[in-house]
Amino acid sequence: MTTSQKFTQMGAAVLLFLAVVGVILFVATRFSGRKADRAVATVFLLPTVVMVALGLVYPGAKTIYQSFFDAAGSSFVGFDNYATIFTSSDQVTVLRNTVLWVVVTPFVATAIGLVYAILIDRARLESFAKALIFLPMSISFVGASIIWKFVYEYRPNEQDIQQIGLLNQVLVWLGGSPQQWLVNPPWNTFFLIVVMIWIQAGFAMTVLSAAIKAIPEDIVEAARLDGVGALGMFRFVTVPSIRPALVVVLTTIGIGTLKVFDIVRTMTGGQFDTSVVANEFYSQSFRSANQGLGAALAVLLFVLVIPIVAYNIRQLRSTEAR
Amino acid sequence: MASRPTKPLNLLALGSALGLTFTLAACGGGSSSAAGAGGASTSADCAAYSQYGNLKGKTVTVFTGIVTPEDTPYMDSYKPFEKCTGATVTYEGDKSFETQVLVRAKAGNPPDIAIVPQPGLLKQLVATGKAKEAPAAVAANVDTWWGADWKAYGTVDGKFYAAPSGASIKSLVWYSPKEFKDKGYTVPTTLDELKTLSDKIAATGKKPWCAGIASGEATGWPVTDWMEDMMLRLSGPTEYDKWVNHTIAFNSAGPTAALDMAGSFLKNDKYVNGGLGGVKSIATTTFQDGGLPILTGKCSLHRQASFYAANFPAGTKVAEDGDVFAFYLPGKDVTSKPLLGGGEFNLAFSDRPEVKAFQTYLSTDTWANNKVASSPNGGWISANKGLDVSKLNNPIDKLAAGLLQDKSAVFRFDGSDQMPAAIGSNAFWKQSTSWITGQSTKETVDKIEAAWPK
Repeated sequence: MTTSQKFTQMGAAVLLFLAVVGVILFVATRFSGRKADRAVATVFLLPTVVMVALGLVYPGAKTIYQSFFDAAGSSFVGFDNYATIFTSSDQVTVLRNTVLWVVVTPFVATAIGLVYAILIDRARLESFAKALIFLPMSISFVGASIIWKFVYEYRPNEQDIQQIGLLNQVLVWLGGSPQQWLVNPPWNTFFLIVVMIWIQAGFAMTVLSAAIKAIPEDIVEAARLDGVGALGMFRFVTVPSIRPALVVVLTTIGIGTLKVFDIVRTMTGGQFDTSVVANEFYSQSFRSANQGLGAALAVLLFVLVIPIVAYNIRQLRSTEAR
Repeated sequence: MASRPTKPLNLLALGSALGLTFTLAACGGGSSSAAGAGGASTSADCAAYSQYGNLKGKTVTVFTGIVTPEDTPYMDSYKPFEKCTGATVTYEGDKSFETQVLVRAKAGNPPDIAIVPQPGLLKQLVATGKAKEAPAAVAANVDTWWGADWKAYGTVDGKFYAAPSGASIKSLVWYSPKEFKDKGYTVPTTLDELKTLSDKIAATGKKPWCAGIASGEATGWPVTDWMEDMMLRLSGPTEYDKWVNHTIAFNSAGPTAALDMAGSFLKNDKYVNGGLGGVKSIATTTFQDGGLPILTGKCSLHRQASFYAANFPAGTKVAEDGDVFAFYLPGKDVTSKPLLGGGEFNLAFSDRPEVKAFQTYLSTDTWANNKVASSPNGGWISANKGLDVSKLNNPIDKLAAGLLQDKSAVFRFDGSDQMPAAIGSNAFWKQSTSWITGQSTKETVDKIEAAWPK
């Protein structure tokens, strides 16, 4: 496709959007009288409902339906695909890795972000220090994975051969021998998790730093007068005051971690027992031509995300109610 | 409260809705056309094309995974046909061809011709019911220009669908002609001699072999090629076919011995991994980097397909008297000459006369030679017996084409490309990788057998 054709298509897409909005506005203006509000609301909601139904509800229902069928999607197999997920040794490894990711990433990333936010709070060069840790956030997952792939890169410790991986070069300087970081399970999963933490700690830091700054001055003052030390301040004042922000950060990173795909696919391709549910779902569906198992994995991912989202919403409601 | 939009806004809304209709109508089709005047290679000699008749105004669409820069020679090779028949050939390349072509076939929107790189995918496409059997003229051409084995790869359930297009040779070992000359090594002619040579180099304190199997999610595929080559050599073509078609189990004696044989090279820490580390470093070295230590003298031998020539840095002379070259991975003895390779097939989804005519053109020796003429840098060969080897543009193409046309050579198609996707593009790769990082041969073949779709 030539560049001009691409621009024409883009132009057409923008016009299509304008046209749809135009039609909706046009129809909405046709209503008048006492019942108009309700009708206008319906007209405005309708496109959203249609799009959610077509783009989310229909594929979701279809995926659940497919997960009860075999690889080709032709014959009904009941809960066989789900049984495979929980019994085949490869799939159990995938589940174990996903658990590792979800347990380690949110807590470590949030902890690092929180400690960092407190340490640099009101320090000199605060915004510069913030920018440093926030920068990785602006890099795409694939970009970050490629960067870290180079950090972990292995070259043998031989004459005439230069290390090109940062971690191994440091190790060689310290007198150690270079390691293949991404090959040995289960440790390799932790080396992948580091990448996610590197990206997400900045997000945690930013949100928590804002929350810390919003703690009313008088509470801090009162605690000081009562003779609370630095640790006590953290334990009894800071953390309780920013609890809602902590929950949002933890759950957001948790959901993001459950869906992690780019890092695993870019760095190991799911080899060396590093696959996670989202990556396995992709390779079963599109590489292995096993639609049933792929759909079952997608459904599992969906089921795992639900409690986190539900908890998140409940927390939000209780904060609003206060 | 609700302030109502004024009339001009209404007009604007209608106006954009109308404008859209026209814009969409003006914007159809996205693929680049290969049509154009001026044949690249052949002059006005249209005698060979008269059999296709006058196809003025007719269009044939081609869909393929072959993209820039390899697509230009394809488009150029269609030009004589377009010029002489008046037909237009529209070429569309897409890197995700393998998944897209299936989606398009299932959705009822297939191209006229698809260039399919794997017999396994060919079977899946035929199973959609949208593919058309090859016309008699194509079958006749294939009978004339290709061996029966090649015709068999384009045949599904006894019906012949697709003529072969390009081909590549995998049974090659890359080496440094200069090193061989300096050290007095000779090119081995049997597997035993290859072992002896490896031992001889290893005795000098140098790791003779280098390898790399990392390739993103496809990591492990070079091991599958190693195993296929060894299977062909140790058990012979008949057993090889049984293994590929799963009439013998993946963990039976033959395949197990083949993987063990591959292991005697790849998992031998006296042999690997020259300039790259220990045995495990094979798993994290990309296949593109796997053979490069030959250039620095850190490694002497690297088993990889003919296309590997493109991986050497610019300025490397790939020739029998150059920096690197390849020799045929020898058979078990001098008389047997099994050859592992791959290739593409032209599958049609339409039987309109112009599609049939174009399909027929692609199955002739005329097209094969036109294709070579439009590939000035080489890198393309075909198993078409009408291919003029002397016209090939580089030494490695000549070597590969010579092997393909060798009457004593027995050709077999890459086995993993023919196995079901769950094996050929998943379990086989994955378990091969685990095998490199320490899993035993027995466990590896057992796990692949267990993953075979029931």
